[in-house]
Amino acid sequence: MTAPVVRIEDRLYQNRYLVDAGRPHIKVRPHQSPSANLLALTRICPAKCYEVNENGQVEVTADGCMECGTCRILCEANGDIDWSYPRGGFGVLFKFG
Amino acid sequence: MTKEKFDAIVVGAGMSGNAAAYTMASRGLKVLQLERGEYPGSKNVQGAILYANMLETIIPEFRDDAPLERHLVEQRFWLMDDTSHTGMHYRSEDFNEPTPNRYTIIRAPFDKWFSRKVREAGATVLCETTATELVLDGWGKVIGVRTDRAGDTIHAEVVVLAEGVNGLLGTRAGFRKVPKPEAVALAVKEMHFLPEEVIAERFGLTGDQGCVIEAAGTISRGMAGLGFLYTNKESISLGIGCLVSDFAATMENPYTLLDAFKDHPSIRPLLAGSEVKEYAAHLIPEGGYKAIPQLFGNGWVVVGDAGQLNNAVHREGSNLAMTSGRIAGEAISIIKSQGCPMATENLSLYKAMLDKSFVVKDLKKYKDMPALLHTNSRNFFMTYPQLLSQAAQNFVRVDGTPKIEKEKATTAAFVKARSRWGLFSDAVRLALAWR
Repeated sequence: MTAPVVRIEDRLYQNRYLVDAGRPHIKVRPHQSPSANLLALTRICPAKCYEVNENGQVEVTADGCMECGTCRILCEANGDIDWSYPRGGFGVLFKFG
Repeated sequence: MTKEKFDAIVVGAGMSGNAAAYTMASRGLKVLQLERGEYPGSKNVQGAILYANMLETIIPEFRDDAPLERHLVEQRFWLMDDTSHTGMHYRSEDFNEPTPNRYTIIRAPFDKWFSRKVREAGATVLCETTATELVLDGWGKVIGVRTDRAGDTIHAEVVVLAEGVNGLLGTRAGFRKVPKPEAVALAVKEMHFLPEEVIAERFGLTGDQGCVIEAAGTISRGMAGLGFLYTNKESISLGIGCLVSDFAATMENPYTLLDAFKDHPSIRPLLAGSEVKEYAAHLIPEGGYKAIPQLFGNGWVVVGDAGQLNNAVHREGSNLAMTSGRIAGEAISIIKSQGCPMATENLSLYKAMLDKSFVVKDLKKYKDMPALLHTNSRNFFMTYPQLLSQAAQNFVRVDGTPKIEKEKATTAAFVKARSRWGLFSDAVRLALAWR
């Protein structure tokens, strides 16, 4: 018995976003190889914003970010990422919450 | 705006911020509230259950026009393994009372309603405005905030940090630390829409009666976590949350966990045919009493989730948020009416009043629970639910085995899984943490 697979893209498609083009609110610090916590984000980010590129480095695309802050909890203190809120009015806009 | 000076600036328009802003504005203070979302509620996520008493204290006639979904008549607690649930259900006709005690709500419409009350009380609410920085004077007193809108500092006597679990202002100013991974849970949630009569039929409800399920067990795959299912009028809120530290350690994927919970044989028929209209994620403060940071200082106070004021054991958050916001608003109004400055020693009144309330008393009662559940998550969320399921099945299945042998088998299974000493110490530690 396996759960039906819903692609994360389809899941996020239900949400409303106002993307602040060219001004991402999360940045990954340049690195050679990712820390354990940074690598964990590729699995546990609920919007799958983090992915490993072909060089084994972790990249972030914050367009689908739900601003939960899990990555901030795990990776801000050690300097892996810069985390901020989107500008006022931008980002995820929950219809129900 | 920039030349104006306010009595208070409230950062955030969630439960705690709205309670604080409403309390102060209705007492005649000049209040500015900043909200980064397009409208109040657009960044807020909750299950959600509203406890009437705490809102009633702030807005006694809230039932007249607040967007409430269903009043709860039934609460189900489930311990789940992969194929079963063992439940404790409480349903009572007593909950069909003229002024019900608990309601399900949907946060976006609810927060819009609360914000309207705040504006009607006289506060200025500025949306689409992210507060970026606290501004301090040469003596370290907070004198205002800067925002991402053009313009100078907005000045106020006091700043109420109702900025949520991820609040940036207080941490950037060094007033408190970013929560530790073991002190916050990541919850993911979906809104499943179904016709009102289908929900009524599936849960045995009439009118605006509601039912909620809270579930623990193998659904969290050994992590400290909880699943929930709340009935709204025409939708079901369904979600699951686990500690961020456990997610990081196990590399479990939150939406895979959510999908497995939805597909559990006990949950699947309750959702059948639903249309999902939103997927949300949010952090929940779970650190309890020991994780509460400094809650006041020179020209500032912290309320709600930003202050870790959440009772994870009883799954109460918004009522603690609302109450802390109200109490902060009352304390500030008292200090203002006495003509005193919003200095640290005066704002300590807020903490003193909060200590006397259920907010701090409840958190203190369970101060050892977060550590217990965190360090024993595998036993409490995997082993025991499985054992309980086996025991229940052994008890109800009739197969010719003498009852005495069934009982022996059940006892043996518990001892084998946890040892006599393990069972004893788990019981003692749980009892001590609950005390």
